[in-house]
Order: sequence, then structure tokens, then C-alpha cells
Amino acid sequence: MLLSPVAMHIPDGFLSTLVSLVLWAATAIVVGYALKRVSKDLGERQVPLMGVLAAAIFAGQMLNFSVAGGTSGHLMGAALATILLGPWAAILVLTTVVGVQALIFQDGGLLAMGANIFNMAIVGVAVSYTVYRSVQKLSGGRKWGVFTGGFAAAWLSIFIAALGVALQLAASGVSPANIAIPAMGGIHALIGIGEGLITLGALAFLYATRRDLLHIGEPAPARGGLVWAAGLLIALLLAVASPLASVFPDGLEWVAGEQGFLEAAKSPLYQVIPDYVFPGISNTTLATIIAGIVGALIVFGVALTVAYLRRNRQTTG
Amino acid sequence: MHIHFLDPYRPRVSPIHQLDPRVKLSLTLVFILTAALSPIGAWPVYILLFSLALSIVLLSALGVGYVLKRASLAFPFVLAALPVIFTIPGAALVSLPVGAWRLTATAPGVERFVSVALKSWLSVQMAIVLAASTPFPDLLLAMRALRIPRLLVALFALMWRYLFVLADEALRLIRARAARSGQSDLPGMRSGGSVAWRGRVAGGMAGNLFLRAFERSDRIYMAMVSRGYDGEIRSLPLPAIGQSSWLTLAGGLAILGLILGLGLIF
Amino acid sequence: MHHSIEIEHLSFAYPDGHPALRDVTLRIAPCEKAALVGPNGAGKSTLMLHLNGILSGKGVIRVSGMELNPQNLGRVRSQVGLVFQSPDDQLFSPTVFDDVAFGPLYQGCPPDEVRARVDEALAAVHMSEYARRVSHHLSVGEKKRIAIATVLSMKPELLVLDEPTAGLDPRARRSLIRLLDELPLTMLVSTHDMLLVRELFPRTIIMDEGSIVADGPTAELMSNTALLEAHGLEMP
Ligand SMILES: Nc1ncnc2c1ncn2[C@@H]1O[C@H](COP(=O)(O)OP(=O)(O)OP(=O)(O)O)[C@@H](O)[C@H]1O
Ligand SMILES: [Mg+2]
Repeated sequence: MLLSPVAMHIPDGFLSTLVSLVLWAATAIVVGYALKRVSKDLGERQVPLMGVLAAAIFAGQMLNFSVAGGTSGHLMGAALATILLGPWAAILVLTTVVGVQALIFQDGGLLAMGANIFNMAIVGVAVSYTVYRSVQKLSGGRKWGVFTGGFAAAWLSIFIAALGVALQLAASGVSPANIAIPAMGGIHALIGIGEGLITLGALAFLYATRRDLLHIGEPAPARGGLVWAAGLLIALLLAVASPLASVFPDGLEWVAGEQGFLEAAKSPLYQVIPDYVFPGISNTTLATIIAGIVGALIVFGVALTVAYLRRNRQTTG
Repeated sequence: MHIHFLDPYRPRVSPIHQLDPRVKLSLTLVFILTAALSPIGAWPVYILLFSLALSIVLLSALGVGYVLKRASLAFPFVLAALPVIFTIPGAALVSLPVGAWRLTATAPGVERFVSVALKSWLSVQMAIVLAASTPFPDLLLAMRALRIPRLLVALFALMWRYLFVLADEALRLIRARAARSGQSDLPGMRSGGSVAWRGRVAGGMAGNLFLRAFERSDRIYMAMVSRGYDGEIRSLPLPAIGQSSWLTLAGGLAILGLILGLGLIF
Repeated sequence: MHHSIEIEHLSFAYPDGHPALRDVTLRIAPCEKAALVGPNGAGKSTLMLHLNGILSGKGVIRVSGMELNPQNLGRVRSQVGLVFQSPDDQLFSPTVFDDVAFGPLYQGCPPDEVRARVDEALAAVHMSEYARRVSHHLSVGEKKRIAIATVLSMKPELLVLDEPTAGLDPRARRSLIRLLDELPLTMLVSTHDMLLVRELFPRTIIMDEGSIVADGPTAELMSNTALLEAHGLEMP
């Protein structure tokens, strides 16, 4: 299970609130800008195209193939979407995919959705774009450029996005950096090969049937340079930051330790009510647990009463 | 061939199903936020949140078994948090010899791991209730009410509509592949080909799927244009939120606020 | 008194150079119901896409007396209700209601009018209770009916249907035929279903290789075995 791209969809509960909210904010800004770009630069034809391609990426994830040792190659689709649609539309398509996966299949959390969109839609697309565009430039639009570029973009987008996930988990204090980063990185270096092979196969098919869809040799899209630079920066940053973080995990531990404002707020309150106890019970831990159970019983009682009343009404009515 | 299993919506008659989708989505998000904000090891808070979640599951008439079973599917990710049991310093609980190493589980480590797993489990339960008790079109409406940009909501709608159509197409491709994946009896013939070859076959199928998606989007575009589509996304105004829905929202926020307050005190 | 459709000397080639329409001239009177038949690749669908300005070839097209040009494209599109062959392409919204409301919404109708039109269109295809349903859970026959409702809600003068009975079982086909019979609109319907043609359409137009090769009363053309055979058609 851990070897499927599920490991890329962070559920709720793992990221600290601070990390979740910061990534939500970053995601909102980038996706908002992508929406503006797409409305401005692309025709109205793109709307149904983006919607149906999002569905195709989802359906494409059903086409897994066995790699080795019970693991299977899947499709994240960031590289393929970037090659077919350009970076801005690809960001929106992947955002839609990640959003629907979370809302319908609980594949990734809701509060964590900002982070998941950030990793797959923003990091995935930007890195794909930088790699693919660079290889295209080097190859002068020749055939090998399409395929090498596609494979490399797919592999690196998975690898870098996985490093992002690992860093976020470490910064949230739920997984030590010196274990999470090599583990996530190592596993996804393998998964990335599956992504690369599927992307390659899809590109080969489209190259043979509808070469026009690959936009070979077309000029860069509006603000493509921005995405290129962002992709390069993200890739370098994560590639450099991750080994550093796993060698010196203290920085991230510090972030993880300091982030919970409730934890911070907790201690002064402890001092305000230092001996908060239930009457007759002197053990604080025991008291808190008893308080919790009493509260739970109250909530439960209400729910059961409502359910009971409803059932009675249905049987009598 | 018709894919139904993709739609998590389970129609029931329940107060949770009848709740305004905007209120439901907002409260789900606040519940998850509350779980996220509660500190590590805040057991009373977790118990309260759990009883709240369980109450909601009961009220939703979805079946406790169904929700818990689905919730456990989201569980493998906890493996990612497993190492903290051993890496957070503190009082040792148990010590396991692993080869030349000793893995020592610490009390704060276990506390953190269990807390994370619990928070995650509670959050996913609420997300499941939301998805199973709300038809997706109603969720789209709720997204609009939460000020998600129209174009994005339109993309969600299109993706959801064609999810089923394209998943059907993918299934047909998979069956076609399975129908032709024979095994040879000849000695020395290994069936299945190399990984690279299998990857390329899957990739070819994905390419096929994408090509069909392109062609379909052309036809959809024509159908939209012939009914007046001009690139702008239009929709009917949102219906007003009823008074009882406002009350439910206020009540839900009050309960969650209270629970969060408890998290501060304990 | 103008015609519902007037097409004069229309020719069209696809971008790949393939000529799909050659000098087509055609008139259809208000409330006339005409069938468009011909072998695969004859150009039927291509012709229908022209009536709505989605494709534009060389020649003149007038709908209800209005010449089709970029200025009045919107008005022409509300006059011509074009129903595509695959209902999965026609029904692109999550719910039946959203799909039927799409046309009126883009015509600029106020919200109450939109709702009234949806009710009316769904009632006309006998699917009133389907408004809240989700499109992908419908049967093919139900989808076809809803697809027709999606254009009826725009109150068109003319209904253009591409292969409406393809893929329907006998019962769904029968009920669709009854529906088409009771709708009081001008109709141009492309089909391979010769029984449908004989039953419903007083007039038949035969196309082959992009041209109209015969146009006249259905009974007369149906008895001309040589003509039918020459264009890959069979007498029902
Ligand atoms: N998008 C396209 N690009 C190029 N050629 C096309 C395209 N669509 C159709 N054609 C060609 O135009 C011709 C007319 O096609 P059209 O779809 O109008 O035929 P039809 O009469 O509707 O056939 P059928 O009965 O199979 O639906 C055919 O030869 C077809 O191959
Ligand atoms: Mg046709």
C-alpha cells in the first residue's frame, strides 16, 4: 500500500495546523493566478478539455501494471498534463484531480488538501515543465527530446514531490526527517520509474497518432519562464534541503515543536488552574479522563435519544 | 457496462442527509480543524470528538460498520508516522532488539503516534460521512457558497461527470488487455514481458484514453456552444440558507468550540 | 412567409482537405418533418453542424429568414435545437436539471424563467421527476429524452437530431418515436433507421458523398429500389 502513490496523498491529522494553513495559502495564491492566466490566454474550448482530461488522469490511474515485488506503477499525471496542456492549465487539471480524490474517495485529507495540491499540482507541474522544456530546448524539438524529456519530467516530478511530502511530515513532527526523507525519496525514486514508463508509453502513442497534441516546437506559453524558474528553484531547494534536513533534523524538530499554538497556550493555562481536579479525585490525569468520559456520555446520550425518537416516529408514523 | 462503485453517495433518510450541504461542508471542515488543533495526548478531547463523530455516524444511518470499514482503508499512511515511536526521547516503555540495534519505544513517542493516528481516523470518518450523505452536485453548490472560483467548480463538475464515462473506457481497455494476456506453455517463454514493456503497454492504453478524452472534449465543446456557451461560466443563484440550517451551523460551531476550549484547559 | 431552413450552395472541406459537403441546396418549411438518410460518411452530421454555425463552409444558410453570420450566431443557436448522437456528449452537467437549464441560462433568462423552462421541457419529454437525477445513472433511452429536453428548454423553432434511435432497445425506440411524433416543431433528423423514416417523416432527403442525391416524398423514394441500392440503403 505504501508503495502506491497513495503515499503521496497526505490524510488529515498528519500535518500540523500551521503547515496545513501555510500550504493552503501558497496553493490558493498559485491556483488563483493559474485561473487568471487560463481565463486570459486560453480559449473557451479549454474548459471542457481540462475537465475531461482531469477525468482521464483519474481513469488512467486505474491502468496500473505490476513492477516488482507486489508493487505497481501508477499514474500521477503531472508530467503528461503539463506536456499536453501547458503549465497553467495543468495546474488546474491536477488541482481538480486531487480535489475530487479527497472529496469523493477520501484519498488525501481536506485540511491537508492544500498541501496535496501543492505537492502534486504545483511542485509536480512546475518540475515537469522545467525538465521537459529544457530537454526540448536541448534537442531542438527532435523526437528523442519528447521521449527523454517526458520520462525525465515524470520521474523527477514524482521524486521531488515525494521529498516535499517528507519535509512537510517532518516539519509537522510526525515523522523524523532522517527517516522520512530517505524512505519517501527511495520509494518514490522507484515509483517514479513506473510513472516515467507510463508517460513514455502515452507519449509514444500520441506521437504516432496525433502529434499535434504534443505541441512540439511551439513557443513557450505566457509566463512560461516564471514556471520554468519556479520549477528549477523548487527542485534545487528540495534536493538540497532534504539531505540537509535528514542530516541535521534539529531545525525541523524545532519547527514541529513550536508550531502548535494550543500546546503553547496550554502551559500558562495549566498554571492558572494548577490543581484542576474533580471533587474528591486528586489525580489530574485520572480527572481529565473522567471529565472526557462524562462529556462523551452526554453527547452520546443526546445522539442516541434522537436516533431512538426518530425510529419510534418512523415505526408509529 | 456501468460503473457505480465510484459514486460514494448512499441515499438514506436521515437528518445528516437532509442537512444543507453548505452547513455540512463547513462543519466537516471545522471538525477536522478542531482535531488538527487539539494538542498531542489530549485524550479527553479525542474521546469527545470520537463520541461526536460516532453520534453523527449513527444519525446519518449509513451504518457504523460501513463508515469504520472505509475509514480503515485510509489507514496505511500511519506507517509514515511509525518511526516517531522510537525517535522521540523520553521514558522508555519497551526495548526490542533488532539485529545489532535496540529499538526503544518511548512514552512520548507512543503518545504522539497514537494521537496522530486517532486524529487522522476521526477526520477521515467525517469526510466519509460528508461524501456518503451528500450528492456530489450538492457539494459543488457548497463549494460555490464557500467562494471557490467558478471556473474551478466548473472543472470539478466536468471531471465528476466524465469520471464515470472514462472509467468505463479504461475498464474496457483493461479487459481487452487481460483478454490478450495469455501464458505460453512452451519452455523458456516467460509470460508478461519485461517491466519496461508492460509499462509501455499501460502507457499506450493511457495515451489511447487521453486521445479519446481529447476527441470527446471536442464534441462536448460543440454541444456546449450549440446551447449558447461563450466561455463564461454561468449558474443560477444559490438558494437561501434556511433558519434551521443557520441554527445547526451555530450549534455545531458552539459544540466544536467547546471541545476546543476543553483542549486548552486540559 | 420564410422557410425554417434555407441552405444555398453550401460546400465544406475539413482542415485535412477532405471535402465533406459539395454544393448542398435545401429548403425546409415550418413544421415540416424531414429525414436525412445516406451511408456512413455521407456528410449528414457535417451538414447538421453547419445549421448551428459550429462549422462554417462556403455558401448561404438562413434560419427562420435570418442569415447565419457571426453577429446573429447567438440568436440562430436559440432557434436551432441541435441534439448530438451520443447523449454522453450532450449531457455534460452533473444533474439533469443543470443540463436542461444550461441553454436558458446562456440565453440570459432570469432564474425563475430558467426554472419554469426546465419544468416545461422535462414535462414535454415525460421526464418531470428526473430533474434531481444524476446523468450518468440514466439508461440510454432516458438520456436521449433528456438530451432532447436540453434543447427544448431553449424554445427552438427547429429540432435537428443526429441518429436519435441509435442504440435504443425496441421499447425505448418506440417511446422516442411517439415523442418525436407529438412535438409540434420543424424537424430534420438524420438516421439509418428506415422504419422510423417511413413511419414518421413525410419527406426524405438522401445524401451521398457530400451531395444531396434525392429529395422527395418518402413513399415515392422508398419504392425506388434502384435509387436506394445505389446509395447503400435498404427498403424497410
Ligand atoms: N473532424 C473531421 N476531420 C476530418 N474529416 C472528418 C471529420 N469529421 C468527419 N469527417 C469526414 O467527413 C465525411 C462526412 O462525415 P459525417 O460525419 O458528416 O458523415 P455522416 O453522414 O454523419 O456519417 P455517419 O452515418 O457515419 O454518422 C466523412 O468522410 C468523414 O470521414
Ligand atoms: Mg453522423
